[in-house]
Amino acid sequence: MLSIYCPHCGEHREEEEFHPKGQAHIVRPLDPESCSDKEWGQYLYFRKNTRGLHHELWVHAAGCRKFFNITRDTVSYEIREVYLIGEQPSVTSDRAQS
Amino acid sequence: MAQINRINNSGRIDPTQPLNFTYNGKSYQGFKGDTLASALLANGVDVVGRSFKYSRPRGILAAGAEEPNAILQVGATEATQVPNVRATQQELFNGLVCQSVNGWPNVETDLMSLVGKAGGKMMPPGFYYKTFMYPQSLWPTYENVIRKAAGLGRSPKVGDPDTYDKVNQHCDLLIVGAGPAGLAAAQAAARSGARVIIADEQNEFGGSLLSSNEMIDGQPADSWVKQVAEELEAQPEVMLLPRSTVNGYHDHNFLTIHQRCTDHLADRAPSGQVRQRMHRVRAKWVILATGAHERPLVFGNNDVPGCMLASAVSTYIHRYSVVPGRRLVLMTTNDHGYKTAIDWHAAGREVVAIVDTRQKPKGYRVDQARELGITVISGSAVIEAKGTKRVTAAIVSGINEAGDKLTGSTQELSADTIASSGGWSPAVHLSCHTGSRPVWNDAVAGFVPGATKQKQLLAGGINGVYSLDKVLGSGLEAGLQAVSNLGFAAPAVELPQVEPATEGRSMALYHIPHSKPTSQAPKQFVDYQTDVTAAGIEVACREGFESIEHVKRYTAMGFGTDQGKTGNINGMAITAKALNKTIPETGTTIFRPNYTPITFGAIAGRDCGELFDPKRYTAMHKWHLENGARFEDVGQWKRPWYYPKAGETMQLALDRECTATRDSVGILDASTLGKIDIQGPDAREFLNRVYSNAWAKLAVGKCRYGLMCGEDGMVFDDGVTSCLADNHFLMTTTSGGAARVLEWLELYHQTEWPELEVFFNTVTDHWSTMTISGPNSRKLLSKLTDIDLSNENFAYMDWQEAKVAGAPARIFRISFTGELSYEINVQANYGLYVWEKLFEAGAEFNLTPYGTETMHVLRAEKGFIIAGQDTDGSVTPEDLGMNWCIARKKPFSFIGKRGMAREDCQRENRKQLVGLRTKQPEVVLEEGAQAVFDPNAGIPMPMVGHVTSSYYSANLGHSIAMAVIKGGLGRTGESVYFPQADGGVIEAEICSPVFLDPKGERQNV
Amino acid sequence: MSNLNESGLNPAAQGKAAVMKQIPDDAAVRAESPLHHIDLPSMAGKQKDGGIYLKELAFVGHLSLRCDQKNAEQLSTVKEILGLELPLQPLTSNTNDQVQIRWMSPDEWLITVPGDRTFEIEGLFREKMTGHYSLVNGSGGQTILEVRGPSVVDLLKKCVPVDLHSSEFPGGKVVSTTFAKAGAVIRRLDEQSFELVIRRSFADYIWLWIQDASQEFGLVIEQ
Repeated sequence: MLSIYCPHCGEHREEEEFHPKGQAHIVRPLDPESCSDKEWGQYLYFRKNTRGLHHELWVHAAGCRKFFNITRDTVSYEIREVYLIGEQPSVTSDRAQS
Repeated sequence: MAQINRINNSGRIDPTQPLNFTYNGKSYQGFKGDTLASALLANGVDVVGRSFKYSRPRGILAAGAEEPNAILQVGATEATQVPNVRATQQELFNGLVCQSVNGWPNVETDLMSLVGKAGGKMMPPGFYYKTFMYPQSLWPTYENVIRKAAGLGRSPKVGDPDTYDKVNQHCDLLIVGAGPAGLAAAQAAARSGARVIIADEQNEFGGSLLSSNEMIDGQPADSWVKQVAEELEAQPEVMLLPRSTVNGYHDHNFLTIHQRCTDHLADRAPSGQVRQRMHRVRAKWVILATGAHERPLVFGNNDVPGCMLASAVSTYIHRYSVVPGRRLVLMTTNDHGYKTAIDWHAAGREVVAIVDTRQKPKGYRVDQARELGITVISGSAVIEAKGTKRVTAAIVSGINEAGDKLTGSTQELSADTIASSGGWSPAVHLSCHTGSRPVWNDAVAGFVPGATKQKQLLAGGINGVYSLDKVLGSGLEAGLQAVSNLGFAAPAVELPQVEPATEGRSMALYHIPHSKPTSQAPKQFVDYQTDVTAAGIEVACREGFESIEHVKRYTAMGFGTDQGKTGNINGMAITAKALNKTIPETGTTIFRPNYTPITFGAIAGRDCGELFDPKRYTAMHKWHLENGARFEDVGQWKRPWYYPKAGETMQLALDRECTATRDSVGILDASTLGKIDIQGPDAREFLNRVYSNAWAKLAVGKCRYGLMCGEDGMVFDDGVTSCLADNHFLMTTTSGGAARVLEWLELYHQTEWPELEVFFNTVTDHWSTMTISGPNSRKLLSKLTDIDLSNENFAYMDWQEAKVAGAPARIFRISFTGELSYEINVQANYGLYVWEKLFEAGAEFNLTPYGTETMHVLRAEKGFIIAGQDTDGSVTPEDLGMNWCIARKKPFSFIGKRGMAREDCQRENRKQLVGLRTKQPEVVLEEGAQAVFDPNAGIPMPMVGHVTSSYYSANLGHSIAMAVIKGGLGRTGESVYFPQADGGVIEAEICSPVFLDPKGERQNV
Repeated sequence: MSNLNESGLNPAAQGKAAVMKQIPDDAAVRAESPLHHIDLPSMAGKQKDGGIYLKELAFVGHLSLRCDQKNAEQLSTVKEILGLELPLQPLTSNTNDQVQIRWMSPDEWLITVPGDRTFEIEGLFREKMTGHYSLVNGSGGQTILEVRGPSVVDLLKKCVPVDLHSSEFPGGKVVSTTFAKAGAVIRRLDEQSFELVIRRSFADYIWLWIQDASQEFGLVIEQ
């Protein structure tokens, strides 16, 4: 069971308070009507299945009900950073390699 | 029966407190402080079980968690049966009742042992796979026999009367193991002021020191233990957990501890007490001080009762005052093993010989043994035990320096006990749980924990450190390191003083050769519990299994409830040899939770029975109970399903509820509907985006039905939303969908459209909602309120504020039955009062309470969908024939719009919602029944859809159904067929799903 | 629509949000708290000593305020209306003898007031508060349990996953978390007492849970 830092509550809480919401940074196309079926399908269904660093969206469901992002290593389950909606991750696999 | 093996020394048992117990129906006596195992040994019980595959008699091998053989069924009553209890860990209490778990008809005479006698050829590895695979039809017969023959205990047939608990703990430091390393670490950490939990699986702290005669700080080791434990006990921030096994090490330093609070007291927990607790610990740092397990040596017939671990023999002598035999042969690869012979000698029984596999053993213990006059046979090994239910002799032979060939001749030594020590294996189990793979350490001749991401430190035996001075030093060091990592100031502590002891080099030896090849030698057991032999492992390797993980699965090595604590390293060494590889090349399998088996009670805790899952109730629940409602689960809600009167069947009750509502007036508790309060200048825009229909023009005082879709265009929820004020709406959702919808709204608001000024709050529980429906509902309501209820003043799809029976209310004139209906909302504190007043006023109209089933029938008569019943995540609004609910011209591309425009959503022949009328009006289709167009088509018949809702309609006098059928909207009047399991076929005609009042006049009156 | 004018509300505020006096004037209208069916009063005083003392604080006004913590005008209006500042520090609360404000999230506070003042305070908000905010009356949907006693931390450890050690959970701290398989807003009142705000529909489950889990400590019901 993970221990997750909620950036809004400002402390670590147990995983059972949170809901995972999948891959982070899946942005709804601004003009869905102009998307091809393929593009829309990409937006709807295609997700990474990363071995290593993964950026994820979580919600503090039983707590403050706010959404936020985490960067988690899917091998070690280590949470490398927690950041707010609208922010970009600072720990990325590109940087990890370099 | 007399305790023939009991001696009078200064053990930790209390001879003044005798305890009676029953094993396999016979009565025995032990003492307070005994384990079940020590008491059985004291009474001279040799056979404690039959082996899993070969049904060979087995005796007690070990004295702790690693015991593979003495796995007993404990429990005096059916309700208190606990299977797979290690006798070595079960403390004795008065009245304990236990049985051996396998052996048919009993452990002394076992029919299956004939199979075992016939030898390994008859039951090689994979025997069950190979033999019982075919023919499949005979499997139930095989299973019956195998279950009888094998198996480890049974579960109770009636409910457990005891209480179990889960407790959430947080600490700075969790120390696993309260042996010398753990205690030294704990002392340092406790003095720093850190919040410390120290857990140990034994009944008292001390670990190996409890059966040691070493001195620490000039006092006997157990006095030192007592002193440290007392110091820890006095610290408010230190929690001591004896009888507590840390059984799992999970992510982010989350560990579970299984504490047995009353298992040592009685068959059942004393009244008011919790039997076992599961502590769920989040620790900032963890110190693993789990010690090591001694390895037995693998030799012929090494499973005959009387073959034991050397250290276990010492433990029984020192701690339990039990010498488990008369004549000992000790085989060892190391100096440490000599201790057992010395202890045995000191207990006044005969040491036949120490058989040392090393050519020239040297060291203080060797000298000590020789000085005592004990025969030491060096450069030799016990290659075979004689005896069946008890060792009668040991066959000893010379062995070469590499340990792979016999030298010289053999001799037979008469003995009833063969103790063996093949060295120690660090107890790396918990470290493995974190995903860390153990690494081989040649100097230790064992696997030690590998690197980990966890905040974990190691102390003592787990690191392959075994001499007491080094173990204490390593514990202290880990404690100080943890304190420093936690940011506490270094405490004042001193290293406990122990006389350093130098031991000679150990020999890395696992498998003792026999004069015959392994395949023909007497069985040499590696894993006792799963009956894996050295020959079996060699067969597996010969058959092509090269990975240790595959060898493990093929042979079942390490699959027992003991997880191969004694056998795994030996098995890996034998595998390595068979594959011509080194042990590190062969690698190790990995241990998983739980370290030792735990009860389901401890896993479930309090989450069982009434408390298994929350039951949610409305404010009117008491009334429903008093009025005979039968309940249905809707999510966690308990909703009235129907209200049978005396003698009424469900169908009769439904018929009565349905007709009463259509003829006069019925009432439904609709409080469970999800309700979301939406406020803000952009509330309307937000609704436009999340609903498929239009909200721009909904005026204050008006209500509107809305459909909610996912981005894929599929319907996922629906409900009525009302405009309370310009910037204020009340949304309703399905009862089961409330939390999901609220999270959905928040998701879009927080991640996609944070610029929209809108707030969402749940008010589901705040309002009690009662729906009165039927032609007399207006008359009924007018008796309880002052407002003008005329159609002109209060039209269909309006809402108004009013007092109902004196309680402030919001009344919504919306209808899910197609009848004139009012949904009355009052603050839930007044819900039951208003409900009761409605019944008082409604008596003259025969006001009839109806439940969810009647609600379903009435809405189906009108063709109204239930999201989640008539939709399943693959249905668009168009599929439902609800084009009227899609506002394609809305400027913002609402959620679902693009999705439902996809090619597949627009293709011909999608499954579409239709009504069905069976040709035989009284036949009610099964919900979920599969439809075909041609009932005579060959198998597999092309399936064209299925029934989503189906009822008998008393109002219409025939059955009604809704179904999704391929191209259904264009097939009105055609027949579809429903083949039945009995070979019959039900024919139904496709029709409009609106069976009653197609123009919607009844709700508009 | 409603009788907002009767209550003297600013007419400009009327159109934006609907406010309703939800407590009946007629005393004959019986009110029942979420734990009414348990009949706690009949249990009160039956047992004198125990590790856990429990009482329900029924019919309190529960108002959920959503607004912008960076909007100084809104903050000062709240202070003017309630006589208390909104706690801006996460997981904290501000209280006086009439009003308790609990931080729920960066834009949400749970305000409890005496039940009979609820409508008046709602009116004051609608009259005085400017900008985008929402105020929702949830009084019927929640109730408050006060649990205290020497075993209170041992009890709550079985119920909630958060760290209750007073170094981590001092008096005044507020946490929304899971309570067994339901949820609760928990505030520490002092070393040995906590307040749980729970939802109406889960109240029976939470009561049964507390009753069961406190068996080993002894449960005393207080009025």
